[in-house]
Amino acid sequence: MGHSKKRKEDARFIQGKGNYVDDVKLPGMLYMDIVRSPYAYAKIKSIDSSKALEIPGVVAVVTGKDLEKYNLHWMPTLMSDTQMVLPTDTVMYQAQEVAAVIATDRYIARDGKEAVIVEYETMKPLMDPFDALDPEAPVLRSDKEGKTDNHIWHWEVGDKEKTDDIFSNADITVKQQMHIPRIHVASIETCGCVASYDKVENHLTMYMTTQAPHAIRTVIALVAGHVGLTEEKIRVISPDIGGGFGGKVPVYPGYVIAIAVSFLTGSPIKWIEDRSENLQADSFARDYHITAEMAGTSDGKIQATRFKVLADHGYTDASANPSKFPTGLFSIGTGSYDYGAAYMEADAVYTNKPPGGVAYRCSFRVTEAVHAIERMTDMFAKKAGKDPAQLRMENFIKKEDFPWASPTGWSYDSGDYHAGLKLAMDTVGYDELRIEQAQLRKEGKLMGIGISTFTEVVGAGPSKDFDILGIKMFDSAEIRVHPTGKAIARFGTKSQGQGHETTYAQIIAEELGIPMEHIQIEEGDTDTAPYGLGTYASRSTPTAGAAAAMAARKLRDKAKKIAAHLLEVSEQDLEWEPGKFFVKGAPEKVKTIQEIVFAAYTNHPEGMEGGFEATHYYDPPNLTFPSGAYICVVDVDPETCDIKVRRFVAIDDCGNIINPMIVQGQVHGGLTQGIAPAMYEELIYDEAGNILNGTFMDYLVPTAVESPNWETGHTVTPAPHHPIGAKGVGESPTVGAPPAIVNAIVDAVAHLGIKHLEIPVTPFKLYKELKAVGYFNQQEA
Amino acid sequence: MKTVTLKINGTEHTAEVSPRTLLVHLIRENFSMTGTHIGCDTSSCGACTILIDGKSAKSCTILAVQADGTEIITVEGLATAEGLHPIQEGFHLNHALHCGFCTAGVMLRAVELLEKNPNPTEEEIRWGISGNLCRCTGYNNIVKAIQWASAKMQGKELPSTEPVFV
Repeated sequence: MGHSKKRKEDARFIQGKGNYVDDVKLPGMLYMDIVRSPYAYAKIKSIDSSKALEIPGVVAVVTGKDLEKYNLHWMPTLMSDTQMVLPTDTVMYQAQEVAAVIATDRYIARDGKEAVIVEYETMKPLMDPFDALDPEAPVLRSDKEGKTDNHIWHWEVGDKEKTDDIFSNADITVKQQMHIPRIHVASIETCGCVASYDKVENHLTMYMTTQAPHAIRTVIALVAGHVGLTEEKIRVISPDIGGGFGGKVPVYPGYVIAIAVSFLTGSPIKWIEDRSENLQADSFARDYHITAEMAGTSDGKIQATRFKVLADHGYTDASANPSKFPTGLFSIGTGSYDYGAAYMEADAVYTNKPPGGVAYRCSFRVTEAVHAIERMTDMFAKKAGKDPAQLRMENFIKKEDFPWASPTGWSYDSGDYHAGLKLAMDTVGYDELRIEQAQLRKEGKLMGIGISTFTEVVGAGPSKDFDILGIKMFDSAEIRVHPTGKAIARFGTKSQGQGHETTYAQIIAEELGIPMEHIQIEEGDTDTAPYGLGTYASRSTPTAGAAAAMAARKLRDKAKKIAAHLLEVSEQDLEWEPGKFFVKGAPEKVKTIQEIVFAAYTNHPEGMEGGFEATHYYDPPNLTFPSGAYICVVDVDPETCDIKVRRFVAIDDCGNIINPMIVQGQVHGGLTQGIAPAMYEELIYDEAGNILNGTFMDYLVPTAVESPNWETGHTVTPAPHHPIGAKGVGESPTVGAPPAIVNAIVDAVAHLGIKHLEIPVTPFKLYKELKAVGYFNQQEA
Repeated sequence: MKTVTLKINGTEHTAEVSPRTLLVHLIRENFSMTGTHIGCDTSSCGACTILIDGKSAKSCTILAVQADGTEIITVEGLATAEGLHPIQEGFHLNHALHCGFCTAGVMLRAVELLEKNPNPTEEEIRWGISGNLCRCTGYNNIVKAIQWASAKMQGKELPSTEPVFV
């Protein structure tokens, strides 16, 4: 623990020996490509497959009508909505799957796709979520009996009356409408699968890009049970995954079609989407329209917040939230500040956009919430005439006040927000920067300093509240120690780059004293690993990491019994230090863990079960609450409006750290995924429903040039209820970075009369805003 | 169908391919070297980067027939009997990879970069790998890894591979 061990998994990746889904090649395998809709909203008049079927090598063309025969044309989403696998009559968004072509190689499958002729009758799509709420708007989900509008659900939390009352009487209120744009996870590996159904054994093996293989197996069993495919006959293998970030949690139609076709043909079916399909059709993230308000006293004490959200879910709610949380954990949006009243409400609507709402490197809508609270805190500070750092210091929850009951119902487990911000300010040289800024302004230069001091909520979650499709969100670890004292451990989670093979081995090594080099970690095969809900929402260390420690402690208890037997003393006389038990006061009387394990197979005490294995399913008593204090410094070119991040200091507190190198790596990566939506990325649609930037040519993933040199550090406030005091960190930077960046850019131009900027803040957007406040006129004058 | 013969990682390979076959598919599917990856369809991401006659190239944008007669190095050919290539060591020791999907492409691009400019500045490295997208690492440690490999290849004192915190 606490050591920057180099990663065990690296060896195969740096030598080209990783095994990703597209690397899987099975005898007799066929390839699938998908015909997609060019229109956002249209009736399908006809699908003519005849030309495609004439192409040598094209084996089949599958349409919604074909799947309808098996009742497989619709599937449930994780939010208990419904999603088309293939349409029988209507397409609801551009790039929606319309038909699948199966062929003997991927080039022929693509030829077949081009040869399928689909006749459409287009309709005017509903692209604006506010328009979708209009009572006169056409009802998009006419497939749902009795549906008379486009409203999906309403959600609220907090004390409305108390909050409204504070707002009516407050010295200062601030209010801002903001949009957290629709973005995409854009993991460098796209999604895909190889579905291999064995007719003789009635057995399906599904190699698949999934972050949650066990949950997927259960979903397949629930969806396909009626055709005789039951859960014990399904093996989901999630091999090496080339980045997930939440985008590999949902079940996409391509997976289901591949399974159906393999089931019908008996041949393995490979489906690998290309990048454009991935960006245009797979689940989006964010897309929250938020009206955020904050109330407080004239001397800068925050008293209440009020958020109203309109969530654009596209044509179906295909979010990947815990069942009872339609807005995910958005209610963490009261932030790191000590005040007693908040009210939040949200409404979700259907539009003609791709479905989704995945938790993109975020513990379910926390990013949206943090953006709102951190922007409002800055706006409130400005109106109260206070420095934003000072105002935060004055409003933080104090470390002695934990556990702290939030006005939206959370029990924050621990934190030291003052220490984090102080370290960030000292590191960046905050006071000096403010002096420099004043000087630069005199010279007509634009420089800004932005802060974000956020609280995350991760590690879903306690079974009393957290489930997905009814399955409780615990996670698991199983440790087997072999007679020679070497171990294999398996988990219900699934790394997509997080380095589980290293960190889990470190946890077990710490608990059992077996060198981590001799602990093999496996995940992602439902036939071998214990059940768990997978890796997303920064839950792996808080849940499965805890399970590893707990399973190891069960083994240590057993080891103690065996050691007592071997040393012929009572258990109370033994003392543990990593790797061995010895007799108190007689350290020469010692049994190493290796000797003890060997005895478990060769000479175990009478009445004791042989072997040396343990499993633990960890049900967390609470979520963990990592926090961070981020400070960003930007320089804005007053002529081109080009924005340069000069410095970015990120201080994270994720409790006890297992591997500082891996934690830092996670923070670096998350920060680049934070600058992305703040300055570059947004999925843009026109009124006709066309996506305007659905390829990597124009969806601007930051390169090494845009990504600044991140400076990171940490404070350590252990999670009091977690077996090793860890909190989870993978997503904090994605959550915390965007408001720090935007606060910095707004700060650079605040003296010119700009109060708020919508993300992504591009140079052109900033130019327009500066022009609107007459900045360029002043310059010319 | 056309016959292409090329040398990959020092070994001669021949295949019958249709003229439209992309080089990346020839390498991955005909020759079963799957360390070279495909991350996009617009030559933007660089996951498929290989060395063709010593120059880095995106193998998703080159036809197999165009590569006839060339010498290719893929990630599988970086290590030698003596051990890992310094760029591989650099990536491992500096935690310059997470999911590993972009890694082969970035490393091969870096090999050419260091060949042409053995001692690049941080800015030259960042611009040098700007044709390769990584979604996991935030690039800090990739830069560090390339700096480490640069030192190693020149026999200079090796920079620390411990993470630096503020």
